[in-house]
Amino acid sequence: MRRLAGALLVVVLVLAGCGGGGDDPPELTVSAAASLKQAFTQYGREFSAARARFSFAGSDELAAQIEQGVKPDVYAAANTKLPQQLYEKGLVEQPTAFAGNRLVLAVPAGSGIRGLGDLAAKGVTLAVGAADVPVGAYTRTVLDRLPAGQRGAILANVRTEEPDVAGITGKLIQGAVDAGFLYVSDVRATDGALEAIELPDALQPDVAYGVAVVKGARRPEEARAFIAGLLDGEGARALERAGFEPPPAQ
Amino acid sequence: MSGWFGALLVAALTVVLLFLILPIVAIFVDTQPQDLVASLGEEGALEALRLSLLCSAVAIAIIVAVGTPAAYLLATRRFRGRAAIVTLVELPLVLPPAVAGIGLLAALGPNGVLGGLIEDAGVQIVLTTAGVVLALTFVAAPFYIRQAQAGFEAVDRTWLDASRTLGAGEARTFLRVAIPAAGPGLVSGLALAWGRALGEFGATLMFAGSFRGITQTVPLAIYERFSTDFTSALALSAVLVAVSGALLLSVKLLSGSAWLGGAAR
Repeated sequence: MRRLAGALLVVVLVLAGCGGGGDDPPELTVSAAASLKQAFTQYGREFSAARARFSFAGSDELAAQIEQGVKPDVYAAANTKLPQQLYEKGLVEQPTAFAGNRLVLAVPAGSGIRGLGDLAAKGVTLAVGAADVPVGAYTRTVLDRLPAGQRGAILANVRTEEPDVAGITGKLIQGAVDAGFLYVSDVRATDGALEAIELPDALQPDVAYGVAVVKGARRPEEARAFIAGLLDGEGARALERAGFEPPPAQ
Repeated sequence: MSGWFGALLVAALTVVLLFLILPIVAIFVDTQPQDLVASLGEEGALEALRLSLLCSAVAIAIIVAVGTPAAYLLATRRFRGRAAIVTLVELPLVLPPAVAGIGLLAALGPNGVLGGLIEDAGVQIVLTTAGVVLALTFVAAPFYIRQAQAGFEAVDRTWLDASRTLGAGEARTFLRVAIPAAGPGLVSGLALAWGRALGEFGATLMFAGSFRGITQTVPLAIYERFSTDFTSALALSAVLVAVSGALLLSVKLLSGSAWLGGAAR
């Protein structure tokens, strides 16, 4: 028994020591919108100033955590409103817009749905973001630009209001719903499992991603370097590869 | 209980109590009574509460109706593979809710193992209230069956034998002797399962989604409020603690068993 405990202890210590050593890069914690997962994970591997550790969730949940006293080093949201609100409360430094995205209608590959016109039909099921998470707010902006009758019929077909894009993607891939509103980068990340149907330009909302250093961050310098790379560097390239666009002009 | 070891035990229990009670106390410390009332007046809160109570009640009814005879079989018969079956029944106890949600989707979702069959039957489960009931039943059933089995195992075998010797059939013995004798165990299992069902979050979100009045139970409503209105999320949490506590208490009072410890006697 004692020998077993000793062996276990050794295993734990070795695992804990993996990647350890004296001159290790510092650790940078990044709270980021779920839609940034693919781009940021890739950027994190190339980012050399620090070892980036990510927490991906709905932008609104992450903002609420910061309001409750959680202190990541960087906060990146799928809109500019949430970082701005945190800035006004003195919780983050001045935020910057670093990327844009396009809202699309997402359907499983091979679906018969070809556009917004097909969403109002009886029996069609939809997944949308909850009203407080950016993807849900953008979706409501699009729907608000439709005639009231069509908007009502589409809303009547909504079956679930998900807390982040991962929830919408999952429901779509599992076939639990026929269609959903996602970012074009989310659809690209599914490697062909989902198809993106473009929305008419007149309906398209301005999707801008905002990022800020959190006040009281343990690694403010590395946090600034991380953001600089998003604007012009490895981060910007990772975003472009994942299907993001430059931030819309303000 | 004297000397340093006794003091150590007392200290350990104090730490355990503080750790377990503090978050629950904090919910109520930060919640004014008027917030509690106001949170119920909010759009969707009462709906969520109604849905939570309804779905958990239906799930518990299913669990008791099917789980009681199943637990009786496991408790009173010895057969090959019994230990394996007991372990399988208990497995959902240790499953993370997210795994339960994925599993339910993989089994009963539109692309799942039985998805085609269910669709052909014209039944809709995913993202419906029935889906919530199913998720709650899945995660809560083992809590009841485990306690019920322990309750039946604790019943004196000579009572069951005597009942049969006196001419009562198997079914009559089960209904008239075994169930009353195992009563406290069954009731404590029911209370535990009900509590688990009321608190279910992950499997519900993954399998049934979140939609006001249809699938958004109280835990999902709390999560939705967390990002926009912490006070209201806190107040709704307090309501859920109060409701769960009241359910537990009334179940125990009704059964006449003073405390959960009555289970495996």
